[in-house]
Amino acid sequence: MRIVLNKDTMKIEKEQDVVPFRNRVKEYAVKIGMSVVNQTKLITAASELVRNMLKYANGGITVIEVISEGRNSGIRLTFVDKGPGIKDIALAMKDGFSTGKSLGLGLPGAKRLVNEFEIKSSVGEGTTVSIIKWKNG
Amino acid sequence: MDRIPILRMGKFLLVTIQIDLYDRLATNLETDLVYMVNKTGAKGVLIDISALSIVDSFMGRILGNIGSMARIMDAETVVVGMQPAVAITLVELGLELKGVHTALNVEKGMELLRNKIKDLDYEEEDEIEANEDSTE
Repeated sequence: MRIVLNKDTMKIEKEQDVVPFRNRVKEYAVKIGMSVVNQTKLITAASELVRNMLKYANGGITVIEVISEGRNSGIRLTFVDKGPGIKDIALAMKDGFSTGKSLGLGLPGAKRLVNEFEIKSSVGEGTTVSIIKWKNG
Repeated sequence: MDRIPILRMGKFLLVTIQIDLYDRLATNLETDLVYMVNKTGAKGVLIDISALSIVDSFMGRILGNIGSMARIMDAETVVVGMQPAVAITLVELGLELKGVHTALNVEKGMELLRNKIKDLDYEEEDEIEANEDSTE
């Protein structure tokens, strides 16, 4: 069973909000004793997802949670936006696909960097992405 | 507007990124550097990222862009001081930073740039000699 030990919400409205958000994620990751490599992977994934949120939906809400399951603990990040939504999620998850002018590594890259990755989206309503990085994983 | 300072040292430009980057800051750096290469005629650009705790796909792309743009402007770029965790993450993310040279630290980076430029000087000298030979 997964227990949420701590929950923190942050609003992302402009580019500069990304820096304090990354720092907050790092704080929690350090607090649960995550290794530097895993911290870096988590924060990089978070950075990609938060950029998507800003770029395609003009921002949104992020939720940072410390979770535990048995002996393992981890960080769950949820990104909720009310943007245009993603028409074809399978396509958006492909390496090198982008509707913007980027490299198209954001979503698939973020997925590779974390242990669990979940994306829900409906056109016209918004997108929710949730990722988990376990301390030992 | 926030800017990252670019220092000039002889034929080189030095950039030490000491703060966490957001996207605008990175794109400003890209433009500033290309202008500085043009203005100073610098032959090499050294970017120290040892203080960066993450490099995501955007920042990686900017570094690659700087390398390509500088090359077009006849300057070599070397990125130095990448933290091991950042290197692991970058490759897993799918970015290999192909356009730029990398070195372990500032010292090795400077050495690499000096060697690159020395090679170029030799080539130029060879060409001049070759031209002289042909005119004789």
